[in-house]
Amino acid sequence: MENYNESRNEAWREELRKSKTAKERNNIARVEMPQLDPAYRITCNEEVNQGINAEQAVLEATRCLDCPNPQCVTGCPVGINIPKFIKNIERGEFAQAAATLKETSSLPAVCGRVCPQEKQCESKCIRLKMKQPAVAIGYLERFAADWQRNNTKQEVPPMKPSNGIKVAVIGSGPSGLSFAGDMAKQGFDVTVFEALHEIGGVLKYGIPEFRLPNSIVDYEIEGLRMMGVKFEKDVLVGKTITYDDLHEQGFKGVFVGSGAGFPRFMDIPGENLIGVMSSNEYLTRINLMSAGRGGDTPVMKGDTIAVIGGGNTAMDSTRTALRMGAKRVILVYRRSEEEMPARREEVGHAKEEGVEFMTLHNPIEYIGDEKGHIKAMRIQRMELGEPDASGRRSPVPVEGAIEEIPVDIVIVAVGVSPNQLVPRSIEGLDVSRRNTIVVNEETMQSNIGDLYAGGDIVRGGATVILAMGDGRRAAQNMAKQLLG
Amino acid sequence: MNKIVSKERFSENVTKLVVEAPLIAKARRAGHFVIVRCGDKGERIPLTIADSDPAAGTITLVIQAVGDSTRKICALEPGECLTDVVGPLGQATRIENYGTVLCCGGGVGVAPLLPIIKAMKAAGNRVVSVLAGRTKDLIILEDEVRASSDDVIIMTDDGSYGNKGLVTAGVEEVIKREKVDKVVTIGPAIMMKFVSLLTKKYEVPTEASLNAIMVDGTGMCGACRVSVGGKTRFVCVEGPEFDAHEIDFDELLMRLKM
Ligand SMILES: Cc1cc2nc3c(=O)[nH]c(=O)nc-3n(C[C@H](O)[C@H](O)[C@H](O)COP(=O)(O)OP(=O)(O)OC[C@H]3O[C@@H](n4cnc5c(N)ncnc54)[C@H](O)[C@@H]3O)c2cc1C
Ligand SMILES: Cc1cc2nc3c(=O)[nH]c(=O)nc-3n(C[C@H](O)[C@H](O)[C@H](O)COP(=O)(O)OP(=O)(O)OC[C@H]3O[C@@H](n4cnc5c(N)ncnc54)[C@H](O)[C@@H]3O)c2cc1C
Ligand code: SF4
Ligand code: SF4
Ligand code: FES
Repeated sequence: MENYNESRNEAWREELRKSKTAKERNNIARVEMPQLDPAYRITCNEEVNQGINAEQAVLEATRCLDCPNPQCVTGCPVGINIPKFIKNIERGEFAQAAATLKETSSLPAVCGRVCPQEKQCESKCIRLKMKQPAVAIGYLERFAADWQRNNTKQEVPPMKPSNGIKVAVIGSGPSGLSFAGDMAKQGFDVTVFEALHEIGGVLKYGIPEFRLPNSIVDYEIEGLRMMGVKFEKDVLVGKTITYDDLHEQGFKGVFVGSGAGFPRFMDIPGENLIGVMSSNEYLTRINLMSAGRGGDTPVMKGDTIAVIGGGNTAMDSTRTALRMGAKRVILVYRRSEEEMPARREEVGHAKEEGVEFMTLHNPIEYIGDEKGHIKAMRIQRMELGEPDASGRRSPVPVEGAIEEIPVDIVIVAVGVSPNQLVPRSIEGLDVSRRNTIVVNEETMQSNIGDLYAGGDIVRGGATVILAMGDGRRAAQNMAKQLLG
Repeated sequence: MNKIVSKERFSENVTKLVVEAPLIAKARRAGHFVIVRCGDKGERIPLTIADSDPAAGTITLVIQAVGDSTRKICALEPGECLTDVVGPLGQATRIENYGTVLCCGGGVGVAPLLPIIKAMKAAGNRVVSVLAGRTKDLIILEDEVRASSDDVIIMTDDGSYGNKGLVTAGVEEVIKREKVDKVVTIGPAIMMKFVSLLTKKYEVPTEASLNAIMVDGTGMCGACRVSVGGKTRFVCVEGPEFDAHEIDFDELLMRLKM
């Protein structure tokens, strides 16, 4: 990890620190994110959070105390030098702030939007200990990255001369993209293979436009292209070409970032009725295939839609359903709101938009009409019992407390597992019982010497920032190995 | 972008396209399918690979126009392109020397059946093919099927060609006259359901190739799920062929009306 004090001791930082007293800094209220009005935003697909302006950003940056031992940094999975980028914002050097972010993160505009900050960097901010809201690190990160995208010409970063060594990337999600960028910078000849007809992984097919506009992801992809990274769409590695074919084509290293795209179902009666679908199906139809927005692909519509689950995927499904015209959207989650894994902000947004929360409830059966279309769900009321292995209090059914609710569509968002296609196609690869690829956690190397992996294929469903960090770590270690 | 190399019309609604797809042509086996997209806003449509020529780098698709997307694909002319072709997808057919194999195809299902017929023949089986269609014009690829079969029975609903009657009549005739070790059936779900009921009665192991509705075709969405032996399976990665006697055809038929 880098020495945070080195930059902290620079003259401008010291001066900036002294320019305001702690009291002055403490008296500033946390910035509010300007957002679209709920009644308007559910009629369209525009980004809900509009972003803070330069003035707001500078003021928010002033709230940061530039701690000598910044705890916020320990909460960031990739250890971004948070005070350094924030202080650059405070002094108006936005390009410097963006450059600081890029030292550690390849996708700051994305992570500033989708990181669960309240559980990561912001949860460690000293201001919380002072019984005040944390510095809005995520908003500031987004501001700096957006400022750079909107105000400077996209440039190729400093790159080492080509070393002619070919490396392959399987999957174009955040782990694959960040791996590709780092390897290209080091002079490698990088090709990314993607099974779908779009580059970006979950950032494209999963997370909706109203939370992460595609143009932001496309900008990052364009940057990689400018660095010479090649993209091959419609190639399913393990099927179209094999790991052996990659060797034959001269690839000396392979990074697997194929994600966890296999949807889980609950195995309850009626789950195969028409109108019951996975969140992956629902979001893929709409986000990837533009169903209901001019695409040829259809998507089912209905007045009452229930979404099962409490994660980001569930939250995205409820809010997408509203935008597709549903009149009543019910979120059914078996634990209480406190245990929901979704980002806090998203939970808030869903509520503002009118999603009904049925926490401590779990579906036990779906009931169909004579044509096999779902018409109702039976749900069981739950209560919290003893803490389970995850430390969360586990939900237990309340005997006899079952009700039936009429619904037109049910979207099941109870988790995903790694797609087994790549692991299964590589003989001898060490795979866990949960179908994840086993790697050395420090190097991201698998038991097969030239094969590295990261992101959800290694972790199960995780986060964008963890996937990105894995990609970078794998790049660092693979480069070391290949350059000898 | 995958260029159409040549095109042939089998009937008003059934078109054969030969498409450039060198990697797929090389990797594919009998029973595999591809997902194609036509146009920037196009749907992802599953189509079986009816044939391939690894040397020329092409695959053959036989498409029945049933809706907007298949009509659009059938309207493409040589020189034009499919926007995307990805594959080969699914599990290849298990080809072995079973003894006598009865291959039963209905309508456009004969196209995906053809590579299986060829492979079963090449594996040393006696192959009896039963082709069925509503009327004479809908019997496709007859010559190609004959070339790889020891015997061919043709059934039309209206008797305009071959024998008059449903496909099951032809299948039963064969099972009664000789020992059949394996049946493979591809066609409309309703046809496969009745073939399966029949072969179950005679206890002949049967594989059916399912045409579930798909989105991605890579195991990501679950749109293609079917119940086989009481368990939910994904047709695109675990199929498309399953033990016909274990398939819940009624559920499949219901889900196709989605
Ligand atoms: C709806 C939704 C909302 C989410 N919201 C958040 C959020 O707010 N914050 C957050 O931090 N995280 C969120 N996540 C989780 C986050 O998106 C993932 O953890 C992250 O994208 C994982 O990145 P990855 O690089 O491992 O792969 P993915 O993004 O999953 O991408 C993998 C890619 O590999 C491709 N692929 C798979 N197999 C092959 C193959 N054989 N050959 C070629 N290509 C292949 C896939 O098509 C896919 O494009 C969300 C996830 C979903 C589904
Ligand atoms: C693994 C697999 C292999 C296939 N191989 C071939 C092939 O080689 N040649 C070929 O012509 N077709 C094949 N199909 C069927 C083909 O994919 C569908 O006909 C096509 O998706 C219909 O799209 P559409 O937009 O033209 O019609 P739609 O407008 O979507 O539908 C028109 C009508 O067709 C029915 N339909 C929709 N989807 C399917 C489906 N998946 N299967 C059957 N009926 C459907 C609808 O119920 C509707 O009545 C295959 C399907 C699968 C799953
Ligand atoms: S990457 Fe995520 S955790 Fe790290 S500083 Fe940015 S918002 Fe916080
Ligand atoms: S802990 Fe909070 S106040 Fe301290 S440096 Fe980090 S963001 Fe600034
Ligand atoms: S088509 Fe999506 S999982 Fe099979």
